[in-house]
Amino acid sequence: MTANVPASAAAPAARFEPNLMRRKLAGTIFLGVCLLAIGVLLLTLAVLLWDILSRALPWLDAQFLTGAPSRRAERAGVLPALVGSIEIALLVALITFPIGVAAAIYLEEYANDNRLSRLLRTNIANLAGVPSIVYGIFGLALFVRGLGLGFSLLAGAMTLSLLILPVVIIASMEAMRAVPQAQREAAFALGGSRWQVVGGSVLPAAAPGILTGIILAMARAIGETAPLILVGAVTFVTFLPNPIDSGYTVLPIQIFQWAGDPREDFQSLAAAAITVLLILMFVLNAVAIIIRARLSRHLTW
Amino acid sequence: MTVAVPPLAPAGTLPGPAIRITPAPSRGSDPGRPHEPATALRLEGISCWYGGFRAINDVSLDVERRRITALIGPSGCGKSTLLRTMNRLNELVPSFRLEGRITFEGVDIYGRDVDPVVVRRRVGMVFQKPNPFPKSIYDNVAFGPRINGFKGNLDELVERSLRRAALWDEVKDKLRQSGLSLSGGQQQRLCIARTIATEPEVILMDEPCSALDPRATLQIEELMAELSREYTIVIVTHNMQQAARASDTTIFMTMGDDRAGYIVERGPTLRMFTNPEHRLTEDYVSGRFG
Repeated sequence: MTANVPASAAAPAARFEPNLMRRKLAGTIFLGVCLLAIGVLLLTLAVLLWDILSRALPWLDAQFLTGAPSRRAERAGVLPALVGSIEIALLVALITFPIGVAAAIYLEEYANDNRLSRLLRTNIANLAGVPSIVYGIFGLALFVRGLGLGFSLLAGAMTLSLLILPVVIIASMEAMRAVPQAQREAAFALGGSRWQVVGGSVLPAAAPGILTGIILAMARAIGETAPLILVGAVTFVTFLPNPIDSGYTVLPIQIFQWAGDPREDFQSLAAAAITVLLILMFVLNAVAIIIRARLSRHLTW
Repeated sequence: MTVAVPPLAPAGTLPGPAIRITPAPSRGSDPGRPHEPATALRLEGISCWYGGFRAINDVSLDVERRRITALIGPSGCGKSTLLRTMNRLNELVPSFRLEGRITFEGVDIYGRDVDPVVVRRRVGMVFQKPNPFPKSIYDNVAFGPRINGFKGNLDELVERSLRRAALWDEVKDKLRQSGLSLSGGQQQRLCIARTIATEPEVILMDEPCSALDPRATLQIEELMAELSREYTIVIVTHNMQQAARASDTTIFMTMGDDRAGYIVERGPTLRMFTNPEHRLTEDYVSGRFG
């Protein structure tokens, strides 16, 4: 037994075996494993990015960003796909924000804890794990055919909204659950009705978490390919899409098309489009972080 | 249920640590308002349950208008529960059930046609741990008036409430700063300002000083004495010195064998601490248990 401090005569030193060396060693090994894991992750990421960027950079110019796809690689551009992605992202945000937050408010603040509400909560959690292509099939049946929206960007946006709605609901519920009960009690004690308590006290406090959840869900939606293919996003679009008429594409699908072309130039085009997509996602995440930081200035529980 | 109260030995024979009693400020100069009844809040036969667990057992008491009533007793005996029945805050817990009658200004506040929202504006509450909203100081105080549809000069109301809570001088230059940037004692005074901004008639205080240091505690107690000229105050406290110093009437509660709370004795503070009638009371105030 090693001890840095000499045991006092009265203390029963034999009952404890500090084993300091062994404990410290275990800690160091654990730290090493964690660092290794992070290292592997960062290395993989770096290799991936290097591979993409080294191929893509020569092709990233103004013409690429403002042009339309073409059979001639040097004339091809990514604008319709970019605009399509941004339009879908905005529509999805517009649809999921009110529906998702309202559903979360109901489940978290209004619903009693009975069998029905527990069933609802479990089912929403399950829906979050359903493969995205299933949503594509559902969107085809409901939005494209059932509601007669055809292969429009609107139908695509609604399909993607269904996909990320469970995630938004769960994130919003978590954000509201994190608001301490003391805040609600204070608002009730001032004579607030339930809506005043929720709207005036809980929601403002939960806002950073809710907004972050929405933006991250949107970032996921932007990367989805399979469901959109099923509801009619096409792969060669040379005009700028609008929500109502059919014929639109998004970045992941454009990438898919180019990557499927064996010619070297189109492989590089795919890499360039991937870079654009990555930048878009990066911007979205940065916006999420900024909004969260600004809104949680006041929040220091 | 009445508790049999055996007579005790004559006054002056209480063992245990001495408690310095400073009599509450003289009320003789307060002319009172002749048309008002002396009782603001009356509880009759109150029993309440959380699910199957009985928390309060047949409590009856009167709360005098514009006086400070202290509720003392050992931990877990139901003081906070009893306090919360007075502004219907217990109803936030779904399993809560109450029997009995609580009358405020003559109206049964648990009546079928009484909206708890209305009750809570007139019976305010300050909590144990200061809980200001994560908003600016101004918005904290303005929250209550806004949700209750205040039409009038909000700036003036906010200033008045902050002055009455003895906080104005410290925050008048930083009304837009977050309420959470204040110290503990200041936050509690902010919560008091917030409560009085809705112009209640009764203020319930649930151990308002237990999370504060002695200096802040003293400030709050001085504030209470000032406030009791306008408002009826009911305070739950663990701190017997505080109850002795600050209150006019003291009610002593304890837990029965079934863990339900009941009132052992009540009376003027001076008498409760120097010449209690009941043995349990004597034991508690002299620090022998609790």
